[in-house]
Amino acid sequence: MKASLMPRSIRMAILFACLVATVAFRAAPVAAQSPLQEVLQTVQDQVANPARRTVPEVLDALLATEAPGRLEFLRAWAEREVYVRPGDGLFFYARDAADQSLVLLDIDTGAEIDRVGSRDVNQIRPNAGVRREIAAALVKFELLDPEPAQRRAALETVARSPDPEQIPALRAALAEEDDPGIAARMERLINLLVARFAPDTATRVAAVESLSGDISTEARRVLNQLLQTRTDFAETRPEDTNLATLRTVGGDIGLEDAYARLADAGHFPPRPGHNAIRDALRAHVVAGEVGGVPVHRLDTDAARHEAYRALEEAGSVPPLVTQADMEAAVSQYVFFDAYLEPDPAVTDAARAALDSTRTAISAWQFLGITLDALSLASIFFLAAIGLAITFGVMRVINMAHGEFIMMGAYTGYVVQTLIPSYTVSLVVALPLAFGVAFAAGVSMERLVIRHLYTRPLETLLATFGISIALQQLAKNVFGTQARPLTAPDWLAGAIRFNDIVSISTIRVAIFVLALMFLLLLLYILNRTRLGLEVRAVTQNPGMAGSMGISPDRINMLTFGLGSGIAGVAGVAIGLYAQVTSEMGANYIVQSFMTVVVGGVGSVFGTLAGAGLIGALQKGIEWFNPANTLAAQTYMVLFIILFIQFRPKGIVALKGRAAGD
Amino acid sequence: MTMQLSEDPQAVAPAPRRTFLYENPSVLWFMACLGLFTLIVSVLSEGMGTGLISTSLVKILGMTLCLCLIAIAMDVVWGYCGILSLGHFAFFGIGGYAIGMWLMYARTEIVVRGNLAAGTIPPTEAEVAEAVAAQIFGVVGSSELPLIWTFAGSLPFQLAMVVLVPGLLALVFGWLAFRSRVTGVYLSILTQAMTLALSLYLFQNDTGLRGNNGLSGLQNIPGALDVPQSVLSVWFFWASAAALGAGYLFFAWVVSGKFGSVIRAIRDNKTRVRFLGYNVEGYKLFVFTLTAVISGIAGALYYPQAGIINPAEIAPIASIYLAVWVAIGGRGRLYGAVIGAVTVSLLSSWLTGGGAPNIDFGFYRIVWTDWWLVLLGLGFVLVTLFFPKGIGGLFDYLVRKKE
Amino acid sequence: MTKRILIASAAATSLATASAALADCPIQVGVLHSLSGSMAISETTLRDVMLMLVEQQNAEGGLLGCELEAVVVDPASDWPLFAELTRQLLTVNEVDVIFGAWTSVSRKALLPVLEELNGLMFYPVQYEGQESSRNVFYTGAAPNQQAIPAVDYFLEELGVESFALLGTDYVYPRTTNAILASYLAEQGIAEEDIFVNYTPFGHSDWSTIVSDVVALGAGGKQVGVISTINGDANIGFYTELAAQGISADDIPVVAFSVGEEELSGLDTSRLVGHLAAWNYFMSADTAENEAFIADWHEFIGDEDRVTNDPMEAHYIGFNMWVNAVEAAGTTDVDAVREAMWGQEFPNLTGGMAVMNTNHHLSKPVLIGEIRADGQFDIISQTEEVPGEAWSPFLAESASLTSDWQGLGCGMFDTGSETCVQLTSNY
Repeated sequence: MKASLMPRSIRMAILFACLVATVAFRAAPVAAQSPLQEVLQTVQDQVANPARRTVPEVLDALLATEAPGRLEFLRAWAEREVYVRPGDGLFFYARDAADQSLVLLDIDTGAEIDRVGSRDVNQIRPNAGVRREIAAALVKFELLDPEPAQRRAALETVARSPDPEQIPALRAALAEEDDPGIAARMERLINLLVARFAPDTATRVAAVESLSGDISTEARRVLNQLLQTRTDFAETRPEDTNLATLRTVGGDIGLEDAYARLADAGHFPPRPGHNAIRDALRAHVVAGEVGGVPVHRLDTDAARHEAYRALEEAGSVPPLVTQADMEAAVSQYVFFDAYLEPDPAVTDAARAALDSTRTAISAWQFLGITLDALSLASIFFLAAIGLAITFGVMRVINMAHGEFIMMGAYTGYVVQTLIPSYTVSLVVALPLAFGVAFAAGVSMERLVIRHLYTRPLETLLATFGISIALQQLAKNVFGTQARPLTAPDWLAGAIRFNDIVSISTIRVAIFVLALMFLLLLLYILNRTRLGLEVRAVTQNPGMAGSMGISPDRINMLTFGLGSGIAGVAGVAIGLYAQVTSEMGANYIVQSFMTVVVGGVGSVFGTLAGAGLIGALQKGIEWFNPANTLAAQTYMVLFIILFIQFRPKGIVALKGRAAGD
Repeated sequence: MTMQLSEDPQAVAPAPRRTFLYENPSVLWFMACLGLFTLIVSVLSEGMGTGLISTSLVKILGMTLCLCLIAIAMDVVWGYCGILSLGHFAFFGIGGYAIGMWLMYARTEIVVRGNLAAGTIPPTEAEVAEAVAAQIFGVVGSSELPLIWTFAGSLPFQLAMVVLVPGLLALVFGWLAFRSRVTGVYLSILTQAMTLALSLYLFQNDTGLRGNNGLSGLQNIPGALDVPQSVLSVWFFWASAAALGAGYLFFAWVVSGKFGSVIRAIRDNKTRVRFLGYNVEGYKLFVFTLTAVISGIAGALYYPQAGIINPAEIAPIASIYLAVWVAIGGRGRLYGAVIGAVTVSLLSSWLTGGGAPNIDFGFYRIVWTDWWLVLLGLGFVLVTLFFPKGIGGLFDYLVRKKE
Repeated sequence: MTKRILIASAAATSLATASAALADCPIQVGVLHSLSGSMAISETTLRDVMLMLVEQQNAEGGLLGCELEAVVVDPASDWPLFAELTRQLLTVNEVDVIFGAWTSVSRKALLPVLEELNGLMFYPVQYEGQESSRNVFYTGAAPNQQAIPAVDYFLEELGVESFALLGTDYVYPRTTNAILASYLAEQGIAEEDIFVNYTPFGHSDWSTIVSDVVALGAGGKQVGVISTINGDANIGFYTELAAQGISADDIPVVAFSVGEEELSGLDTSRLVGHLAAWNYFMSADTAENEAFIADWHEFIGDEDRVTNDPMEAHYIGFNMWVNAVEAAGTTDVDAVREAMWGQEFPNLTGGMAVMNTNHHLSKPVLIGEIRADGQFDIISQTEEVPGEAWSPFLAESASLTSDWQGLGCGMFDTGSETCVQLTSNY
């Protein structure tokens, strides 16, 4: 861009100068290379095309020399700031220049050497595996870095790529460390490394035992690594290996699997499978017969075996291994699992330490699931409560409720595109979403639902008509692409109890929001004039009307309130998931379930319904973690059955209000 | 279940008995229209006649007839009996799956046997079954034939399933729901939950019906693999027309007699009917199950023309559309359901298929593909508000005018 | 589903006017991509690319002296409608070639019609393989051109020993994961080190699943996630990953269905370092790519629009078809098919794409790391890999091969030396 401001002649001059410089440099002899470049050229290919397996060669070569700038080079290499020129294979640093060109800098002096197009040199992009290796090699230099942040980063590197050689480096750094937090972390890492790598049994066992009851991931990772096993077999029970378990054939290990292991080791002939038998027979068809059996009879396994036996006797195929053969072979051997770690004292200690964490882990996992269920329940509650109060007061099912959720979410999206600060936009979006959905709800009530109070089933259909119209309108306006609502940074992280239980802040915020609305609704319904009137209309509209309450006004306000809450729910859902025109439809059926299971017209009923459905879904997911879809199916089935037994929901209205 | 009065001859005897068709002139009109329509389509079709109507249009028309059949079933259960079922498309889908299993299995078996027979030694039955399974389930990352496919090779068995599975499901579901007196909006939501559960269940690969992929290639009919689609489409069109005609006649007969009066009475005031001594739940269950069976048959005819069935077909929204057709056409009259289904589906084809010209205002261009659903939704609201009798109500108006 | 009835009965939108010089002018190019419904987000872009390519070709003087005319129809993400519209395109509009489809289920829906009427289609999206239709040219990646190299990268470069295979519950993830499970077993990864989870389309509640993945880390092995999660659900998934602070250094995620288009609009600053495997990235620094992006921006009139892998697939497919038609001198399907074998066209990422006789392309495999700006840093690029129609890692397809030129069969059993069938499984 800048170049375009220069007069044309100057640009030409620069270009010419560069050209000359390039030619001059290319002509320069390789002997002029600096020490670092020289070292790098000995491992040119490994630097230019870094791979995890070859990076140690580069590291060894570089760290063996005392070439100045080698550490800077390694850091720059990892940060993808090194370029290679295909013509001569030399390495450079580079700086962006105008017109997508690069200024090449010498890796020793930092002097500007050349200006080239981005396609004339290749940026070297080491992958994450290579970068981890580089970081691990730099650990011993960075542990002594004056910046605490650098030292912390180095410690994380140690945690990720543990290595026995790091123990002395860590001990040395620990002696110098004055930050107590970092020092504690160093001690812990030393302990973990010792447990895994220390040479003598006693220190290791002590280190392992100190991990007993530790539920952190890194401690259990070390313990599990110590307890890794391999499956093997021997003629007699092995004495010299660190045995984990003996396997019984038919129980812990299948007969065919066991035999296959023996066959793989070459002790017995492999068992010809179905296809092998068929192919062998195919290959030995002679004059329409195989081993004396006519070909057309070979459409059963019995006949095929008979023919195969005949071939086997003639010696032209490998033997057919029968069940009895396999059993006989397998019975001569013992199958077992052995620890890779040869020292039984260490594995026993590790086993004991791991077992000691089991109860605590289950408890924490249960807590984690409970938190997830609570979070899900609060989302269902927010989505459904509006529906519940409108249904309770007006006996009207609003199929467009989901679209009010969507409206709220899109309001949030629009606000976010207008206001750059995520926090401010969220603060603006919540009341605005409420307002937009409130207005939409009230106008829908006035224009459509008011005329259909005597025909509840038709309200259901009319609101469905509004729902498809709104959905399509949203598509026309916002397009079909899912839009993200980005949470502000203070809501973006997670609250971490320990390595097992953590819950994202946004979910906690949604939970708090749901709680606030619960309290607000309870207050409005139980403590205000409006609430009294709403309850009166809920219980008996006719009687309420004759007491001077205007059911019309109450209906309108309730509907607006219910829709407004849906709008707020939309912002909440958009924050943790995505905003699409179909998001309302995704929540509407679940909202219905929540209302129906909980019992209509009751805040506590909806709360119970949301709690039950949330807990149920998470519970089923826990038992069947591989298939989330199955959890949803079973949940719906459960709800269908549940309604058989409590058709009015968990919290059923009593007395006259119960009549429909 | 007991239908005490429907078979009581005494109740009918005193009135001078007029013929069923005389009582229901609309049936004759409908039959005549359907017959004429079938004739015209056959004569103009590509496979049998002049070719003015393309094969794909014949298929669309045949499918529309199947939709009409399920629409009249919906009308009987909702318009006549007052049960707003938002789950009847589930039965339609089950019918399609039942016949689809046979179509897929039998077609694949022909291919597999042909291929294995070409080998040097004959295949065992296990090999055939394995190869069929690999062909059908290979595309969804599996190679074993699930248990529910055990009899998929038998046409009579699968045809029985077309009727039995929807019937049994409706019977069990209805029995549970009606027994605990779930009515009104609750029942609607419950039926919606049923179809949602079924579609979620079928979406799972582990169900054994190929998950989201569903069953495809259903337009190739085993035993008629050499018949071109242009001819097959007309055959299916005839079958759909015949099924619609028979279904219409049957339902018209069902709702015209005493039985019809009872179910209408249940719709209008079930408490009074119950106090009169009728078994309200029994009647409801009978109607619910009967219409489910007819829906299954409609589905079994529809999907071989569509060529593919997958769980998205029975998502709750499809059943709601069904209610929309019936409401727009006019509830409580069978021809109303047919009019609704035909009008909405063909109008939507016309508007979204690019048939209707887009309107350019200069500042904004109305693209019908984008605006059709908005139009449908709002139109539907207007019909509910101002024309509760739907399009069919126009006939009443005309008849009254004549009188 | 809802659009069952939205069947285009009469005609399709025609976008160019004809100038008939030859008898079969103009040459009709069918474009069968959903413009409404759930897939519209991905497929609308491909419709636009096709319109651009047709316009460019017309500007260069058309083909065989004829104008090209794009016939665009909208199957509305409704699978049966794909079959209907294919029949309509081939019989009513009489198109010479179709470019279309995205999801595997839509392809499977239209295959029987395509094979019955002997049409010609180019399918531009990465898919699960296990298919080689006489009438389809697959310009997207087969599993060996995307999934297997990505897993190799995990094993080789990142040292991953414990795998979480997360996917949306449909054909592509199911089959891909079946292939990967078998491949991983061959690489010595034990069954208990593979965690598999399937979620519904548009899934939003990811916290439990992400926690499950984190919990795998306690097993003492490096954990990696292979994601075949499709569409909208990715937003929730990546948001949860970011919220739980899972950095690519701890648990790398490689995705097969997440490209520039899916990331656009998402705040990727917390996702930096996670991976995707494709045959094309917008960030590829070549002259061809620069020109393509410039053309695209000019055509669409929006400098912010991204390009992605399926767009490149259509670019290659369309140009190969044009060259094949010129070589054959006709648009006749059988002649063009034969001319397609061995067609070469430069990739946008460098090198040459070749159409093999199994109707799959040879293309380079690229692995990219997500950058903060929503683009990818290409960290690995292989030589051209020929696409395999049938995976050797699945027992039922291990002995199958496809060669339409030599064997004249797309599903040839090398064990029994017979052609299993000439049509496809659908």
